[in-house]
Amino acid sequence: MLKLPVSKMDELFSLINSERTLYMPLEKNSEICFDKWSSDASIRLDKLNTVKSPKDFFFPASENIAAFKTKGKEIIMDDIRSEIEPFALFGVRACDAESFNLLDLIFLNDKDFVDTFYESRRQNGIIITTACNEPEETCFCNVFNIDAANPGGDISTWIIDDTLYWNSLTKKGSGLTEKIKKMFEQADESEIADHQAKISGVINKLPFKDLSLDGFTGEALIEKFSSNQWEEICHTCLSCGTCTFICPTCHCYDIQDFDTGKEIHRIKCWDSCMYYDFTLMAHGNPRTSLLERFRQRYMHKLVYFPENNDGAYACVGCGRCVQKCPISMNIVKVAKALKYEGMK
Amino acid sequence: MQRVEGEIKQKAHELLKSGVVSSVLAWKKGDLVYDAAPAFFKSPNALEDMVYNGFCCSNLSKYLIEKDSENEKVLVFLKPCDTYSLNQLLSNHRVIKDKIYAVGIGCDGKIDIEKLRAKGVKGILEIEEDGESLKIQTLYGDETCVRRDILLEKCLNCKGKDHMVYDELIGSELSEETALGDKFSQVDELEKMSSDDRFEFWRCELSKCIRCNACRNVCPSCTCRKCVFDNPHSGVNAKVNVTDFEENMFHIIRAFHVAGRCSDCGECTRVCPQGIPLQLLNRKFIKDINNFYGDFQAGETVESRSPLFDYNFEDIEPNVISKGRGIN
Repeated sequence: MLKLPVSKMDELFSLINSERTLYMPLEKNSEICFDKWSSDASIRLDKLNTVKSPKDFFFPASENIAAFKTKGKEIIMDDIRSEIEPFALFGVRACDAESFNLLDLIFLNDKDFVDTFYESRRQNGIIITTACNEPEETCFCNVFNIDAANPGGDISTWIIDDTLYWNSLTKKGSGLTEKIKKMFEQADESEIADHQAKISGVINKLPFKDLSLDGFTGEALIEKFSSNQWEEICHTCLSCGTCTFICPTCHCYDIQDFDTGKEIHRIKCWDSCMYYDFTLMAHGNPRTSLLERFRQRYMHKLVYFPENNDGAYACVGCGRCVQKCPISMNIVKVAKALKYEGMK
Repeated sequence: MQRVEGEIKQKAHELLKSGVVSSVLAWKKGDLVYDAAPAFFKSPNALEDMVYNGFCCSNLSKYLIEKDSENEKVLVFLKPCDTYSLNQLLSNHRVIKDKIYAVGIGCDGKIDIEKLRAKGVKGILEIEEDGESLKIQTLYGDETCVRRDILLEKCLNCKGKDHMVYDELIGSELSEETALGDKFSQVDELEKMSSDDRFEFWRCELSKCIRCNACRNVCPSCTCRKCVFDNPHSGVNAKVNVTDFEENMFHIIRAFHVAGRCSDCGECTRVCPQGIPLQLLNRKFIKDINNFYGDFQAGETVESRSPLFDYNFEDIEPNVISKGRGIN
């Protein structure tokens, strides 16, 4: 473990930025989001959750994956793939860092169908996490065995009073650390133990810390799916896409073709199960009602995903949906409402 | 407002039990002190979870749309500003009055939890409303806050204590008007900017949009059965922005479409996850309509015709407006 006075953080950021483009939570136009660091940027490492999760660094909201045009009867395909520049994300929270591991299950795990656009971004990105000094009442990452006091990623950091502690976790992380280590002094892990215990103490007082997902398994699929609770909990859903777009683990996407007038662009873009045209196909839509689409979101996260991925839920407890849903519906309320369905 | 909560629960119980209504549209207690959610209650037993406090922000009028197709009557509780939306929906024939029983309830302004967070208050566990001040218990100690300082943007443009439409009133005498000054002052500021600066202001704000459509879906004036932006064949559907102006355009088109029908309920601003001051766009239209055709408040009465749906010989001519004789 290494350490550095907080007063030298700007120097550290500048050094990292000379190695690879550095992004972190910045305030711009009264919005806090991950953006390109510069020496005069307004850094907001105090803010726990950015409105949008940083998943778009690996899985952009929309991305052009192919372009083609016709010349007579010939179809000419353009390779529009651009090189991904090496980059680093600083200040990623434990929950968001875990979400990247979940996205890997979707985009990388099946070796026959690797999403090479995603893969290239993952390979070129280094994730530097920061422990959460002050968890919010909306946090419940502990439910998914994520430790806000001990975040993952390639490098984890702790900002404790005037000192930044730095610990490499992966080969990629060590590679970057090696290049910038002249800035640091050696530190011992015992130096952060009290701080970690303090964070754990707060986590123990969080309102959702005891949320139970027992029984959310494939075995209870039919009972959960057929529950008569869905009608009540989705009744006032506005069918907007806020929850899906701010969620770090939502990963449904659509492929759409656009005629630019000169050529066709094939675009991969985020989809939202809350939208009427989600999974709309030539024959029509398999889910015609809000109830079916609402149910899809939560069944996907709490039942289908763990069934297909060795028990991993598609939620990291970041609490964004708890904070931002216009009608205050969220995954915690859904999990509570469906708790007993199919329970033996 | 605790008294009001007790009385509206009683009213809901009475009307459900007697069968006058088959469901009640109100707010349901959440897990946290501030996360009350709009909900339909269908049995007297369910009313236990009903709540009415400073966090019952939602304008419930929109949920009444197309209730006419169902064979039921709904009891709805509406704050003074929400009744403007109901009137607007009634005058547009999107809600049938016979299908609802509207109870106007008192309101002393609703609290914006995001404003409290922006003040640096973290880990909110309890909030006690104690007259003009709020006592907040957090994971990191106790805080106090002046209620007025964290009211929703829409409450700072409060339309007053009066309900525009109701079958009966509960606790309306406890209402307080929470408006701060002239509702057009922010519009005036924008009008004073050079057009380049103003363009830049809106570019910055509207480009934050993530196209979640929360503003549209919550809006009681957005009542199209199918929005053009949801139509995959329209070429302008929501999922992909072909240019970086598209989400800007979406908001501009939406503001034009609700002009003359927007009652300035402010739900768009409240629900925007990115904090875009969407209400300001609509308010610019309201100000212009007032200037061109005389003061008009959408939803004040069911009978009044929106100036944009009406025509008379004194109406200002569009070509006159373009020459600058309208407003500055």
